Amino acid sequence: MSFNYAPAPESRGNLSIKPRYGHFIGGKFVAGSKHFPTINPATEEVLSQIALAGKADVDAAVQAARKAYTSTWSKMSGKERGKYLFRIARLLQERSREFAVLETLDNGKPIRESRDVDVPLAAAHFFYHAGWADKLEFAGLGTSTKPYGVAGQIIPWNFPLLMLAWKIAPALAAGNTVVLKPAESTSLTALLFGELCQQAQLPAGVVNIITGDGSTGAHIVNHPGIDKIAFTGSTEVGKIIARAVAPTSKSVTLELGGKAANIIFEDAAIDEAIEGIVNGIFFNQGHVCCAGSRLILQENIADEVLFKLKDRMAKIRVGDPMDKNTDLGAINSKEQLLKIGELTASGDAQGAQRWSAPCELPTKGFWFAPTIFTGVTDSHRIAREEIFGPVLSVLTFRTPQEAIDKANNTPFGLSAGVWSQKGSRILWASQGLRAGVIWANTFNKFDPTSPFGGYKESGWGREGGRHGLSAYLKGIGHG
Amino acid sequence: MSFYGLVDGSDASLRKYLQALPAVDQVGADARAGMLATRSIKTTSKRWAIDTAISMVDLTTLEGADSPGKVAALCSKAVRPDPTDSSVPSVGAVCVYNDMVAIARAHLDSIGGSHVGLAAVSTAFPSGRASMGVKLQDTRDALDAGASEIDMVIDRGAFLSGDLIGVFNEIVAIRDLCGTRAHLKVIFETGELVTYDNVRKASFLAMAAGADFIKTSTGKIAPAATAPVVLIMLEAVRDFYQMSQRRIGVKPAGGIRNTKDAIKQLVLVNETAGPEWLTPSLFRIGASALLNDLLMQRMKLDDGYYASPQYVTID
Repeated sequence: MSFNYAPAPESRGNLSIKPRYGHFIGGKFVAGSKHFPTINPATEEVLSQIALAGKADVDAAVQAARKAYTSTWSKMSGKERGKYLFRIARLLQERSREFAVLETLDNGKPIRESRDVDVPLAAAHFFYHAGWADKLEFAGLGTSTKPYGVAGQIIPWNFPLLMLAWKIAPALAAGNTVVLKPAESTSLTALLFGELCQQAQLPAGVVNIITGDGSTGAHIVNHPGIDKIAFTGSTEVGKIIARAVAPTSKSVTLELGGKAANIIFEDAAIDEAIEGIVNGIFFNQGHVCCAGSRLILQENIADEVLFKLKDRMAKIRVGDPMDKNTDLGAINSKEQLLKIGELTASGDAQGAQRWSAPCELPTKGFWFAPTIFTGVTDSHRIAREEIFGPVLSVLTFRTPQEAIDKANNTPFGLSAGVWSQKGSRILWASQGLRAGVIWANTFNKFDPTSPFGGYKESGWGREGGRHGLSAYLKGIGHG
Repeated sequence: MSFYGLVDGSDASLRKYLQALPAVDQVGADARAGMLATRSIKTTSKRWAIDTAISMVDLTTLEGADSPGKVAALCSKAVRPDPTDSSVPSVGAVCVYNDMVAIARAHLDSIGGSHVGLAAVSTAFPSGRASMGVKLQDTRDALDAGASEIDMVIDRGAFLSGDLIGVFNEIVAIRDLCGTRAHLKVIFETGELVTYDNVRKASFLAMAAGADFIKTSTGKIAPAATAPVVLIMLEAVRDFYQMSQRRIGVKPAGGIRNTKDAIKQLVLVNETAGPEWLTPSLFRIGASALLNDLLMQRMKLDDGYYASPQYVTID
């Protein structure tokens, strides 16, 4: 007998994608000059043409943001700003299915995740920060904090709408206006968010969305009219941005790469730890900066855990992201697929053992089967470099201190996971781990009240919570 | 007895065996069960699931007011759940109290329903509070009257007080009595064991003692067959297979009232223990009201609309 789930695709019926988009500047959509296609990575279908913003477009967006800042947004009371944020949050909830479907088409992530994680969390970030808008003097940052002015925000392709919410919600709550650039391959939900700003009757120019590639991002970073830069993306680009803003008065926050350790101690709840490992590395195809990409496993339970992990991985449903039963969707771009291929080939070449879940991959689009490498040592590239795909490197340890040493032996420090039923061991381990977020007996859990950010090369500053809010406020004695 | 070589029958060996089990993290188990509940089962897979679920129903009546007529009607329904449609499979078994077994046996045999199991609840069901002599006699009566399956309850008082070997020995004794005459299902009453760690412990205890099936509940206590509890029991049978090379069945009972709930159970089986367990010999659903909802959903797939409840039989 076999229980084959019939296709259960989410409907695209409520969605209309325009053949071509411009930029959202000063509350209006304005035509772009050059365009490039954006595709559905699961099918390679061209979804729309996206405008490539040049220097003039960035100038126009910054001017609109400045005008909105000086004439409207900075003069408005926190209570009034909060009303707009609450309205945006409610509209995101009302239109959640539309946003989820669009996100899945443009990004390749399973509809189950965009529906149950991305969109609800994006709304939650607006709700949370809406509450702060009229209480900034109670945030513990002093009573005379001020917004920076115009924030330039550059976001990645892995959680397009959610990263937009992480950036825009605190900026607006603190009283800044924004110029935001979504990633080249995933602009559509940001553009739909522009429509939502119109629907919310947000004053013109408070939110400006311009699309483009790295050159557009460079124009934003180097623009003299921008007071604050917020970037989420690769450590490589983060370093370029840090160099660019160093001689300027711009404030900057960076949320960069990671190579998180997920440590399983012998006394862990094994079945739930297996779920945590799967969720840690296969959530969002592993396109997660805080993904638990290094499994650090106590040697005496390694065989049992790997047996169960492989059994569980064989049950991961890979395929059409629009199918409600899909667990692992498409790799976001051909470029990313090539990068994953290159790094995993290095794993083979350096002597690690590859195992991939037996699954049928679609012929069109960009796909990579859930994969683990065992026999990985600290010196392997797959133990050190961020793969940003559904690939897990397995290392083992014998003593608790060895686990912490291995976990910390990385230039990154974004997140870590600890699995143990012993409370004292969890507390001890989390004190030793150099990572901005440490999950105990869970992984990849996000909440707007909780600050998120990295140590070392994983970034500067925090997003979420009071800490994240402070990144958009000039405190006493600062700038 | 060898108990699969896992325990030697002593208290010490039983404790050692159970203490080696990993803990259950409640938050994680709830989350996994919750995620599996989002599976969308439509069209052809729904049809398959409905027929499979029907074949797994242990059609149950366990009321003080049960009458011979009601039991006879239940048996007829078990053999042919929809008298107007012979493509509907028979259910897995009928499940009755000890004193109704002879009536059910006679009726099943007279209507050509010997292929349907006949389960008797036993060992001072539902509380399990009686002397061992009474429990043995209770079981013997049911076997003599023609039961092919014995649904025994464990002594929760003993379990919760830490007398694990006492619980183990009771199961072994009933197992011996059943011999080859009847399959043994062991009911934990998970609503009284409360913690998931206890559910896991009880599962491994009962399996080592010789249970053919492990069963969540009597149906008399809520909560009964919650999704996380069934998940943990399915993990237990999956892992026990690795230890013993024997597949033990699972029977959720209590609270599974509609098709959606039943399909969620099948998804849990499919993605936890695996498709090998998707057979009435390894998975049963203890229910009374469920069968009619399955029949109505089945009609809806054919007709495209929901029929009135008057189109399915009450008993």
